[in-house]
Amino acid sequence: MTTGRSVRPAGDKSPPGPEVTVRVILPAHLKNLARVDGEVTLHLGGERDAITRQAVLDALESAYPVLRGTIRDHGSGQRRAFIRFYACEQDLSNEAPDVPLPAAVIAGTEPFLIVGAMAGG
Amino acid sequence: MTRIRVLAGTRKGAFVLTSDGSRAKWEVSGPHFGGWEIYHLKGSPADPDRIYASQNTGWFGQLIQRSDDGGATWQAVGNEFSYATDPGTHLWYDGTPRPWEFKRVWHLEPSLTDPDVAYAGIEDAALFKTSDGGATWTELTGLRTHSSAPGWQPGAGGLCLHTIILDPVHAGRMFTAISAAGTFRSDDDGATWFPVNRGLHSAGTLPEDEPEVGFCVHHVEMHPSRPDTLFMQKHWDVMRSDDAGETWREISGDLPTDFGFPIGVHAHEPDTIYVVPITSDSLHFPPDGRLRVYRSRSGGNEWEPLTRGLPQENCYVNVYRDAMAVDSLEECGVYFGTTGGQVYASADAGDTWEAIVRDLPAVLSVEVQTLS
Repeated sequence: MTTGRSVRPAGDKSPPGPEVTVRVILPAHLKNLARVDGEVTLHLGGERDAITRQAVLDALESAYPVLRGTIRDHGSGQRRAFIRFYACEQDLSNEAPDVPLPAAVIAGTEPFLIVGAMAGG
Repeated sequence: MTRIRVLAGTRKGAFVLTSDGSRAKWEVSGPHFGGWEIYHLKGSPADPDRIYASQNTGWFGQLIQRSDDGGATWQAVGNEFSYATDPGTHLWYDGTPRPWEFKRVWHLEPSLTDPDVAYAGIEDAALFKTSDGGATWTELTGLRTHSSAPGWQPGAGGLCLHTIILDPVHAGRMFTAISAAGTFRSDDDGATWFPVNRGLHSAGTLPEDEPEVGFCVHHVEMHPSRPDTLFMQKHWDVMRSDDAGETWREISGDLPTDFGFPIGVHAHEPDTIYVVPITSDSLHFPPDGRLRVYRSRSGGNEWEPLTRGLPQENCYVNVYRDAMAVDSLEECGVYFGTTGGQVYASADAGDTWEAIVRDLPAVLSVEVQTLS
C-alpha cells in the first residue's frame, strides 16, 4: 500500500514546475508513528535540482508532523546518529542535505530509504 | 464503582493494567508503543483519563504521547525540548566541561489542578512545562541556570531530572531532584530555585562531606497531607526532612542496606514508608537473592521486611526509582515493578504481595490511579 501527499519544498516560492513524485520507505517504527503502511509517496513541486534530501525530509515532516524530531534534530537539522539514508544502493547519509537526490529517485523509479541503523540489542 | 489503573512504563513499551476495587483480577493492555522505551507515564489528578507518556529510543529520539481516554488511544503531541537560553556547560564524568544536550524525558508530572498543564524532567537536567496539553514545551530556566549548575555532574544513568513534586498546600512550591546534583526547591512556581541538601552526606563519593550540590539523589516522595515532610532514597542512605528540605536526617536505621532506588509513602499514614533495599552500588540486586520490601510505620529507623508473596531465593532483579506507587483505597495498595518484568501488588499495605503481571520487558516506571 502506498500513501501519497503533495507537498512543495519548504520556502519554495517559484512558480510550480512539473510535479516530482518521490517514494520514501520508512523504518517500521516510523511507519507506525505516521500510521502508514508500505511506501510513502510525496509529490513535490519545484525544479528537479531542488529535489534534495532536505526538501524530501521537509515535505515528509510537513505531511506527517509526528515525524518531526525523529529523523533529524529539531534545532540543528542534523541527522540523528542512528539514522541512515540510502537510495540506488548508495549510502547518502553523509552527503550534504542540499545535494540533489539521484535521478532515479527523482524519476520515481527508485525509493529513498530512511533506515534505522543496526545498533543495540 | 472504584477501579484501579496501573500504568507501567517498560524498556519496550507501555502497559495499562486495570482491576476493580478488589484488586484480585487484572486485565493487561499493551504494549502501547511496542519497541520504544517508556520512561514514565502519569495521569492527571484533575482528569484521570488524561495521561502523558514519555516515549524514546536511541534511533528516533523523544516523543510525548497523550491519551484522553484512560490509555485506550493515544496521540503524539509536541516533542521539541529546546533549552531556552544558551545551554552553557556542566561537568562530564571526567571533570571536563560539556555542553548541555537534550537526551530524553525521564519524568512527567501533570498539574494537580489543570489537565493541560504538566512538567517534564529531562536529561541533561532541566525542567520544562506545557500549558497546552503537551503541544508545546517551554523551559523553566531558573533551575538549569542556577549558579551551581556548571558544576553538576551526571550519575551513572546520566544527568537526569527524575523527580518532580508539586506541593498541594503551599502555593508555588515545588521540588525537583537531579542525579547527581541533589534536591532543589522553588517557592515561586519554578521561576527560581535553590538547593536543599543540607544534612546529606557524600562520604567516599565527593571530596567535601557536605557540599551544596553533588548528591546522587535517587528519589524523593511527599505525603500530600504533610507537605513539609520529604522522604528520600539516596544512592546510599534513606533520609527525611521535616522542614521542606531545609535540613535532612538519616533514617536508614536497621535496614540491611540503605542503597536503593524507589521510596514510597502510604496513602493514609504519612509516617508509613516503603523502600526496596539493594545490595550495593556495584550489585544492583536484592541482598541474598531475596526480594524484600521494607516498611517503616514510624517514619523511618525501625523497618520490617515484607516478604509474603515475593521471591525469597534466586531473585536478582532491580527496582528503578520511579517504579513504586500506591493507590488510595481504604486499605492502601502498594505496587512496584522490576527489571525482570514483574509488577507486584499488595492490597494490604504490604503485608502480602502478588505478581499482577509477569514477563514484561524491564519495568522502568509504575504509577497508579484510583478511579471512582
